[in-house]
Amino acid sequence: MNPASPTTGRAPRRRRSANRVPITVYVALGAMVFFSVFPLYWMFVVATTDSATATSLPPHVLPGGNFLHLANLVFETVPFVQALVNSVIISTTIGVGQAVLCALAGFAFAKLQFPGRNTLFLIVVLTMTVPAQLAIIPQYLIMSQLDWVDTLQAVIVPGLVTAFGIFWMRQHMVGTLNDELMHAARVDGATTWQIFWRIAFPLVRPAAFVLGLFGFVNAWNDFLWPFIVLKSPEQYTAQIAIKALQNNRDIDLGLAMSGSFLATLPLLVLFVFVGRRLVQGIMEGAFKG
Amino acid sequence: MTTTLSPATSAGTTRGPSRYRHVQQGVRERLAPYGYVAPFFVLFLIFGLFPLLFTFYVALFDWDLIGERHFVGLDNFSELVHDPRFWGALRNTFSIWVLSTVPQLLIALGLAHVLNHVRLRAATLFRMSVLVPYVTSVAATTIVFAQLFDRDYGMLNWFLELLGFPHVDFTASVWGSHVMIALMIAWRWTGYNTLLYLASLQTVSRDLFEAAAMDGANSWQQFRHITIPSLRPIIVFTVVTSTIFGLQTFTEPLLVNPVGGLTCGAARQCQTLTLFLYEQAFGRFHFGYGAAVAVALFVMVVIVAAINYLLVTRIRSERP
Repeated sequence: MNPASPTTGRAPRRRRSANRVPITVYVALGAMVFFSVFPLYWMFVVATTDSATATSLPPHVLPGGNFLHLANLVFETVPFVQALVNSVIISTTIGVGQAVLCALAGFAFAKLQFPGRNTLFLIVVLTMTVPAQLAIIPQYLIMSQLDWVDTLQAVIVPGLVTAFGIFWMRQHMVGTLNDELMHAARVDGATTWQIFWRIAFPLVRPAAFVLGLFGFVNAWNDFLWPFIVLKSPEQYTAQIAIKALQNNRDIDLGLAMSGSFLATLPLLVLFVFVGRRLVQGIMEGAFKG
Repeated sequence: MTTTLSPATSAGTTRGPSRYRHVQQGVRERLAPYGYVAPFFVLFLIFGLFPLLFTFYVALFDWDLIGERHFVGLDNFSELVHDPRFWGALRNTFSIWVLSTVPQLLIALGLAHVLNHVRLRAATLFRMSVLVPYVTSVAATTIVFAQLFDRDYGMLNWFLELLGFPHVDFTASVWGSHVMIALMIAWRWTGYNTLLYLASLQTVSRDLFEAAAMDGANSWQQFRHITIPSLRPIIVFTVVTSTIFGLQTFTEPLLVNPVGGLTCGAARQCQTLTLFLYEQAFGRFHFGYGAAVAVALFVMVVIVAAINYLLVTRIRSERP
């Protein structure tokens, strides 16, 4: 990755000492890694030990062998497997929906000419600053009018396309899809939809993928809105199930902790594979924001 | 690709009945862009704009769960202004926001400066590890931190005891609960902000740092005179974002104190504005009063956005 090590660098002699990474930097970064990861490690420790050990002082810092017992207790207390399935359904639909629908709108704003385009795009940009949470009361009233309360679509549908996503995809469309290619496809008789689906979308797929990932992660971790509209345990997402476990803390103190661990584990596994893309996504966003 | 493109091509060259299809296709093509942006606008109208405007309307009523409602004009607002619970929630929200934002952004600045080191090894690994808290849900984070801060069995209190201090009941006191919640927020967002700052730093010319180093500027001087000034626009952006997120703090105070219910403790010591909104609307089913709280929050967001606009235009005008 980083071929030029401090001692063999090809930089001129004088610069070498200025560029060498001081040991304090690694100490600081080591502390950073420790504080980032420790709470998760601790979650794992408590999720694998019985209450007596988890609450003993000085604290036991190694994981125990009680994980399956606690996990079973979690599954008996709330329909946690169902909650995980619900979370997967909601997050996947939202992730895919955002990737495709934002790319589609971004394509229209970047590459198509139509009356009202600039005004509509201005509206998209303006809506980015207003948090949707402020309107939760009427949103709830609408959901009960639609008879959607306590259904997964109440969580999915409002999250399918975001203003930020459109903004982000439009930037990528402007940067990657060149007009001559589009023109050539038109001459060949391609419809606008075909140009989008066969040419534009494949070109911006990496950006759409990152957008979808963020949509997935945010939907997985969302709390307030699912907490309001999902009422019965069979409809809970993993996050709401954690809250239900916490209400049952008389059963076992480690119950909510085990639930938290089970709800976090899928994202951590995902993170091992796509963490690098998320890092890039955030850093690219900064250039454009 | 070619198979799907060819039917359209052949349709254009044949005569007769395809002519009608041609016109139809032309109309469809002209309307296509509207169709592509429609999902956003339809969803935004139904679940965004309409509910937002309707919030103002609901706030004018005494409105309960079954839809029973009486027009009360601005009564909800005059009640709100005289409600100590509202001012308490505002104070808590503000205090948690300050306690989380200031250390979070300072640490993020320092980390970004350090991560920007040219010869840093394992840079990708470090960048990924700062982002771990961001993918951890707020609910899980709160459960873990509450355990670490527990009065009787928490690791933190164990440390305090080792150092000879008495145990602290963090959830019970105003400051204790605020510090605890602020720490959760800071833990979650520091890495994210670090990456934003780092990205912005990387657009600053390396030569600038190298020239400064050649002239004998140490790391702190480089930080003070190069890093900070070049990050000014992104710092404003992160402060604004953290303010708007800060106004929405909800999950931490709800989960941090399981016996505290919707008030985050008997004295409402850590109830935030959004939790107060939730308590009124969905805990007591006072939709009208809850909507008045939402309107107050909306006003605050508008003020923050206006300040942001002023700051950004000022920064732009300072730069030639």
